[in-house]
Amino acid sequence: MADLGLDVLFKGRNFIRLLEGLGVALRISLIAILISIVFGTLLGILRQRENLLLKFIMRLYLEVIRILPQLVLLFIVYFGTTRSFGWDLSGEAASIIVFALWGTAEMSDLVRGALTSISVHQYESAAALGLSGAHIYLYVILPQAVRRLIPLLINLVTRMIKTTSLVLMIGVVEILKVSQQIIEANRMKSPNAAFGVYLAVFVLYFIVCWPISMLARKLEKRWG
Amino acid sequence: MKKLKTIFTLILTFTLVLSLGSCGESSGKDTSNSSSSAVYRTLDEIKKSGKINIGVFSDKNPFGYVDESGEYQGYDVYFARRIGKDLGVDINFVSTEAANRVEYLETGKVDIILANFTVTDERAQKVDFALPYMNVSLGVVSPDSRVITDLSQLGANDEVIVISGTTAEDYLIKNYPNIKLQKYDAYANAKNALENGNAAAWANDNTEVLAYALQNKGYKVGIPSLGSQDTIAPAVSKGNETLLKWINDEIRSLASENFFHKDYEETLADTYGKEHEEKLVVEGGVTSDKKGDPDVSDSSSS
Repeated sequence: MADLGLDVLFKGRNFIRLLEGLGVALRISLIAILISIVFGTLLGILRQRENLLLKFIMRLYLEVIRILPQLVLLFIVYFGTTRSFGWDLSGEAASIIVFALWGTAEMSDLVRGALTSISVHQYESAAALGLSGAHIYLYVILPQAVRRLIPLLINLVTRMIKTTSLVLMIGVVEILKVSQQIIEANRMKSPNAAFGVYLAVFVLYFIVCWPISMLARKLEKRWG
Repeated sequence: MKKLKTIFTLILTFTLVLSLGSCGESSGKDTSNSSSSAVYRTLDEIKKSGKINIGVFSDKNPFGYVDESGEYQGYDVYFARRIGKDLGVDINFVSTEAANRVEYLETGKVDIILANFTVTDERAQKVDFALPYMNVSLGVVSPDSRVITDLSQLGANDEVIVISGTTAEDYLIKNYPNIKLQKYDAYANAKNALENGNAAAWANDNTEVLAYALQNKGYKVGIPSLGSQDTIAPAVSKGNETLLKWINDEIRSLASENFFHKDYEETLADTYGKEHEEKLVVEGGVTSDKKGDPDVSDSSSS
């Protein structure tokens, strides 16, 4: 069997360091996802309103976040806030802010899309039954919209988890940075370590993202 | 009609974004000019806080890397630890990348950068360099089958590998604009590219190519020093004179115990061999070609 440099993984604290790095990546993405789901849903519902100014502001927010690459956003929030306002945000705080901003924007668009996809007669039928505006949303529209939302949300969540690899640019040591550190620390003695280490990273990301997909499938079936 | 509206919205969005961007930029410049509230911490402030933030590489073996027990190690880190010890403060190592070192100092998010930082005129306008502690120039490594000993040997179809953001890239773009470059972000990718025969040669810091040729059979450093001799030095935020002066005094006083030679033997000798020690190490901030002249900034004009 070819030398994949797997031994490097078990040298000293290397494997624990990888897990710690995964922990950092998950902490950032999960906190950001929770914030995004709450605010994204609210914004998504607000975007249904026929208020031009509100619509314009939301649209502007969404497009700005979408146009700017996440890396630029990270630099703006991490270094830019120090330059302009003198805030000394930690790398992790800056990452959570950026990922929450990004997630909220994307989430609001997903929610808006899911809500728009519910046909008008659902609203009208519910209103004909005498339900109030809030009740129409709570009992008729949202349950149907959430079902359509789940696959899209899962896509967003896994994308956010994987994009955390960018936060190494603002000094946050997450799983990918740890793997680069391990590879480079051993580049003289075991130049093939890259295979083994990246394989481990792949498996770890998979272990995290797979249950999320499974959960989504289960939810879809139950609500379907 | 609807289409027109969308286009209009898009244009408006763009102009707004652009104006926002330029706003941020100008206000950023204002704060750095007025400098009433300095971005950096003075020597006393660092001592009082009991902690110094030092930016180092965490994946550049053997200058700054993390070993298997999670500890920072390497030539730069060895010096950083000594600084912490002599200042009597704890060290908070910050993992930096080649591309964000200047930004870290400009925002004062670290007090010192000790990340294999080559002194260049361009960088010296944005940060303040202390006395150097190492020599570096560029080198070019190529396969034994066709050793490149002069850049003029490169044909029209030959490409040269460089790592993005390094001095090698800058130097070749500036001085040899006709040479086609293949750019990679990581050392490992550049190494693979050379071994796969994607390019005729690989230009990098001479330490890097020397170590590479030493460890990989079939490759030779045809050009051991290209361009001007550069130096590597600690850097602090522009204007942080108290800290700069302290580091310079520290480097001068460490010469009495041959500190950087010891540092080399502990961290670099395994990789580059003892024979390059005298050429690479700078002791007491005095470069060999300019003995007694502490002003290193004009050495690059040659």
